[in-house]
Amino acid sequence: MAEMKVNIAGVEWKNPVTTGSGTFGFGREYNEYFNLSELGAVCLKALSAVPRLGNPSPRIAETPKGILNSVGLQNPGAEVFLERELPWLRQFDTKLIANLCGSTIEDYVKVAEMMGDSVDMFELNISCPNVKEGGMAFGTNAKMIEEITQKVKAVSKVPLIVKLSPNVTDIAEMARAAEAGGADALSLINTLFGMKIDVKTRRPVLYNNMGGLSGPAVKPVAVRMVYQVRQAVKLPIIGMGGITTGEDAIEFLLAGANAVAVGTAGIVDPYAWIRVRDEIEAYLDENHIKDVNDIVGMVEMH
Amino acid sequence: MICELVKKEQPKEHIYDFTVLCPEMAEQAKAGQFLHILCGGDAYLRRPISICDVTEGKYLRFIFEVRGEGTKSLAEKKVGESIDILGPLGNGFSLHPEDAEDALLIGGGIGIFPLLNLAKELGNKPNVILGFRNKDAVMMEDEFSAASSKLMIATDDGSYGFHGLVTDLLKQQMETGRVSHIYTCGPTPMMRAIAEIGKEHNIPVQVSLEERMGCGVGACVTCTCMVNGGRKRVCKDGPVFDGAEVEF
Ligand SMILES: Cc1cc2nc3c(=O)[nH]c(=O)nc-3n(C[C@H](O)[C@H](O)[C@H](O)COP(=O)(O)OP(=O)(O)OC[C@H]3O[C@@H](n4cnc5c(N)ncnc54)[C@H](O)[C@@H]3O)c2cc1C
Ligand SMILES: Cc1cc2nc3c(=O)[nH]c(=O)nc-3n(C[C@H](O)[C@H](O)[C@H](O)COP(=O)(O)O)c2cc1C
Ligand code: FES
Repeated sequence: MAEMKVNIAGVEWKNPVTTGSGTFGFGREYNEYFNLSELGAVCLKALSAVPRLGNPSPRIAETPKGILNSVGLQNPGAEVFLERELPWLRQFDTKLIANLCGSTIEDYVKVAEMMGDSVDMFELNISCPNVKEGGMAFGTNAKMIEEITQKVKAVSKVPLIVKLSPNVTDIAEMARAAEAGGADALSLINTLFGMKIDVKTRRPVLYNNMGGLSGPAVKPVAVRMVYQVRQAVKLPIIGMGGITTGEDAIEFLLAGANAVAVGTAGIVDPYAWIRVRDEIEAYLDENHIKDVNDIVGMVEMH
Repeated sequence: MICELVKKEQPKEHIYDFTVLCPEMAEQAKAGQFLHILCGGDAYLRRPISICDVTEGKYLRFIFEVRGEGTKSLAEKKVGESIDILGPLGNGFSLHPEDAEDALLIGGGIGIFPLLNLAKELGNKPNVILGFRNKDAVMMEDEFSAASSKLMIATDDGSYGFHGLVTDLLKQQMETGRVSHIYTCGPTPMMRAIAEIGKEHNIPVQVSLEERMGCGVGACVTCTCMVNGGRKRVCKDGPVFDGAEVEF
């Protein structure tokens, strides 16, 4: 049995698999399908300092091998989370990652302060394409990334992961900006900005018109970006985007990710997270690799 | 869960009637709950389809209309093949057996399917109103007839049964007898109108809503509707809601 432990910015995960923020709620629903302690970490849905209502429905559209979503960061706010969800989550032997969002830099700082050291890691969501203010607007400008990372890092009591948007021309530049701002780790990719039109009604399927693309369709873009970021910075990387099988996850590890997140695949198959974990282990065993960390970044380019 | 397709019928050109063998799910199934079905082909997401009937404690029956990619692929499954189904999901109808005989079930179009199971579960046979576009669309008349104490059918064009809307029949029923509870599933304008009538006359109305879904289990919050000023998940908090609270 291969060693599956990974260390992300000083936090030890029992295996390299976590959940894509926003696809797993606060964990209650999927705990009916498997024990959350089976995961290396649970990345929770976005939290803001104040509750957010999100966008009207339809919020989801099917696309070839993927989906568009326009949830828009609906959440009950950090206070309600701390009171109602965190005590329940604490019973599990897994690391908790809080995904932080806001409309202004002050919002992000505030929610980081409110969360304190209640979870094991923060993930700074500056890459959501579904909100008018904040979100992707921060994550597509290197200067802004550096500034917001610095300000949130200054108040963070736990390691800070910065989640990068793929909707940029040079992902390496964004990664370096996050590193310069003091990020402890990076995660990528968030969703690709997209649109689907219903040709019968001649209107977009999503009420919000545009939304974020995820699922197998985005995987090649995500693998490429993880590789480019690995070349640019030394920080730990959590890779995601379309991972559905253990082999998909291995691709990300080979490209340079230290851990992986599964999101959309779990929306289709509630056991996807556990299956991916098992299939990574099976791949390592079959290929006589003793430790999952040994294949990180081991792709041999032509 | 992988279930075997044991019976397949095609009551109308675009409508399929499937029965699958699945004792675990059949045992738990309640009227108004739905199944989340992996259709195969190019359909990436699962499709939500209501439970229409539970038989012999081990078979689940569902009926669906072919609309797009997913339901088209599903319709191609053959008897003996397996289907990947998640469920039963959601909160079903809340039953009030004490005055079931005065309960009224109102279905429109593909919304009639979950009402069959409900009519059977209510205990006493309820009254049922079904609405269809025209005579060609009318289906399941015999089954609903057997499961109800009175069955009324309306068609939009008058080619069969009552010429008019199900809400006209509802008003008639309210004039001639007592209506204790209304359970409805169908097109949104129909459910909205029924919910309004219920509000006016103080009759509780349970509506079964439709929304585009992802996970079906309550985690992705893509399937929301407005209920009582807040967003609720159709898959987990519904699909059945109190009609007086839904903001249609
Ligand atoms: C709780 C619930 C119960 C349902 N029960 C039944 C039933 O018993 N019989 C039946 O025929 N239909 C039922 N429907 C509607 C059925 O889910 C849709 O007709 C079906 O998803 C369409 O899929 P498609 O592949 O044909 O269409 P496509 O156009 O290929 O679908 C594309 C996407 O849109 C979604 N979508 C399209 N139309 C609808 C819709 N009306 N409601 C929800 N999602 C939609 C699909 O699920 C899919 O994700 C139910 C819907 C819900 C929410
Ligand atoms: C329904 C849905 C909601 C999401 N919500 C969030 C969110 O709240 N915060 C965030 O950082 N990313 C969010 N994402 C992006 C995912 O975490 C992930 O980065 C992306 O979907 C790519 O991975 P996948 O293809 O495995 O889903 C969401 C994705 C989906 C599909
Ligand atoms: S479909 Fe995911 S929450 Fe309802």
